[in-house]
Amino acid sequence: MQNRLINWFKFSSPATFYPLAGRLAPIFWVLAIVLIGIGLYMSFFVAPVDYKQGDGYRIIFIHVPASWMSMFIYIVMAGWSAIGLIFNTRLSAMMAQALAPTGAMFAFVSLWTGSFWGKPMWGTWWVWDARITSELILLFLYLGYMALVGAIDDRRRADRAGAILLLVGVVNVPIIYFSVKWWNTLHQGATIKMNGQTSMDETMLQTMLIMALGFWAYSIAAAMVRVRAIILEREMGATWVRELIGDRA
Amino acid sequence: MLEALLWIVRRDVTIALRRRTDVFTTLIFFLIVVSLFPLGIGPELDTLRLIAPGVVWVGALLASMLALEQLFLADHRDGTLEQILLAPQPLPVLVIGKVIAHWLITGLPLVIMAPVLGLQYDLSAEALSVMVWSLLLGTPTLSLLGAIGAALTLGLRSGGVLVALLVLPLYIPVLIFGAGAVEATTSGLGGGAHLSMLGAILLVAILGTPLATAAALRIANE
Amino acid sequence: MYLRGPNGSGKTTLLRTLAGLLQPESGEVLWNGTSIRRQRDAFHDELLYLGHLNALKGDLNAIENLRMDNAVRNRPLSEKAAWRLMEDIGLRGHEDLPIKHLSQGQKRRVALARLWCSQAALWILDEPFSALDVAAVEALQAVIRDHLARGGMVVLTTHQEVELTCDTAFRVTLGQEVPEVSHA
Repeated sequence: MQNRLINWFKFSSPATFYPLAGRLAPIFWVLAIVLIGIGLYMSFFVAPVDYKQGDGYRIIFIHVPASWMSMFIYIVMAGWSAIGLIFNTRLSAMMAQALAPTGAMFAFVSLWTGSFWGKPMWGTWWVWDARITSELILLFLYLGYMALVGAIDDRRRADRAGAILLLVGVVNVPIIYFSVKWWNTLHQGATIKMNGQTSMDETMLQTMLIMALGFWAYSIAAAMVRVRAIILEREMGATWVRELIGDRA
Repeated sequence: MLEALLWIVRRDVTIALRRRTDVFTTLIFFLIVVSLFPLGIGPELDTLRLIAPGVVWVGALLASMLALEQLFLADHRDGTLEQILLAPQPLPVLVIGKVIAHWLITGLPLVIMAPVLGLQYDLSAEALSVMVWSLLLGTPTLSLLGAIGAALTLGLRSGGVLVALLVLPLYIPVLIFGAGAVEATTSGLGGGAHLSMLGAILLVAILGTPLATAAALRIANE
Repeated sequence: MYLRGPNGSGKTTLLRTLAGLLQPESGEVLWNGTSIRRQRDAFHDELLYLGHLNALKGDLNAIENLRMDNAVRNRPLSEKAAWRLMEDIGLRGHEDLPIKHLSQGQKRRVALARLWCSQAALWILDEPFSALDVAAVEALQAVIRDHLARGGMVVLTTHQEVELTCDTAFRVTLGQEVPEVSHA
């Protein structure tokens, strides 16, 4: 047990994590391509046509996993931030920053596909539905985090200020979601009940899970690549980086 | 501890009263924003009555946000913030003092001014009183939440715009319940539930946000 | 303790770290054997820190500034005591003026007036002698001497040579490979 604990902290140092991230990234790239490939094939050719929504519903195989990921990544970022503030580890903030663009991208994809889905289903590009509105606010939270971290020149301050913002955000997300839902039920006119998902076909569910796993692999791969870039940029002065660059040159 | 808090409130309010223009800018901004909507939408009273709660609340949101950047900036520039950080008192308590002063300077005038603006929108007496109550319960939360954003962006080049980006999403629940209270009253449902929610959010904000603001201030001053 | 060194050698950074405003990248600052992070309020109760900035509100007058400052530091200062303080620092007759109308040197004096009424054991002073005239420098030296005589500690940075008589004085010079510490 003691041994394992030490190992974890060993990898929290950027110098040891850098090569590890480099080894992990290709594995997850391959996984992502294979899984998303299978998922896309299944969503187009295997999953049956929905009796109510026709072929148009197939976009939910991207829409739903993207929404899951956008929410999940935000929580992971907040988790990293908490670790970073408590244990004062430099890598935690780098991980949060490496994940942020991916999370924002998934939030955007979720909104975009949702709007493409909404047009044929509901006859409008945008519906002020509780879930869509919350997703939009989540996108704002991602953008706010990235703007804050980008605006602070001092890296240490940027890390810790970003961490506080994420923790405040993660406490607020349920409150925001709840209030948007309340607001939505009061304005019944705009809501559309989505009953289609409750009676989902077995293969539809499998497809969605495979796509979600593929997005997971993609997120990890993208974060690894990005964290390597961030580590190099931050540790430019460190001897191990100079040795590394010296090897290549 | 409480004495120090009151001194901070007293100090900030005294300073604000000595430079009154700062107080009035917020208020005038609020007046102008709210008065612009009828010009953009048209003078039909039926429409205006419908949008009044939302317009007044969005106006209050923007106005209180406008003054946020200044919340800690002056103290940061002249060094008094350092002294506050070094005071042998729990920093969150002193932060509450700063926020109370900020609310008295920027929030309270909006609450007082709101009924007049409501009249422009032909709201009933009952709706007006609910609006005042909702602002009374909601604007302190705006100041509390805003203080986090002000502390996080303290001294940054693009501080003002950045505060808006950070803080506005967090304001959404207050906006929904605040405007909702007035709307529920005009539609005959009664705004009681909304007002209770605003009160609950205010309580949570009083307990939680000063800690985050205090931590952000320490980070910003490193 | 004297802290010396060329511009940019880290004097202010060191002082801010000692005061607890900066968190050290590694290591920790101890006070009475305990890390100051774990006893922040107790440590700050015994500390007086004066930075480059005067930490005065331009719109308030000197009396208000001093009373405000002491109230936040948990050492309420009566109106009368504040007036007496103004006499000590030689600013009698300027009590009602907002600080922003005072000269640079007068502002500095008001900022330093905190020393006259301080009961803190440790004073951390960043360039306390800048912008002061000869008389004020002498008065400041006197108050520091009194503080040391009472058993207090002072950490200060300065560019000019100042006469301070005390039993133990460390002179630390930054900006060299190894900080030079001499005992006088």
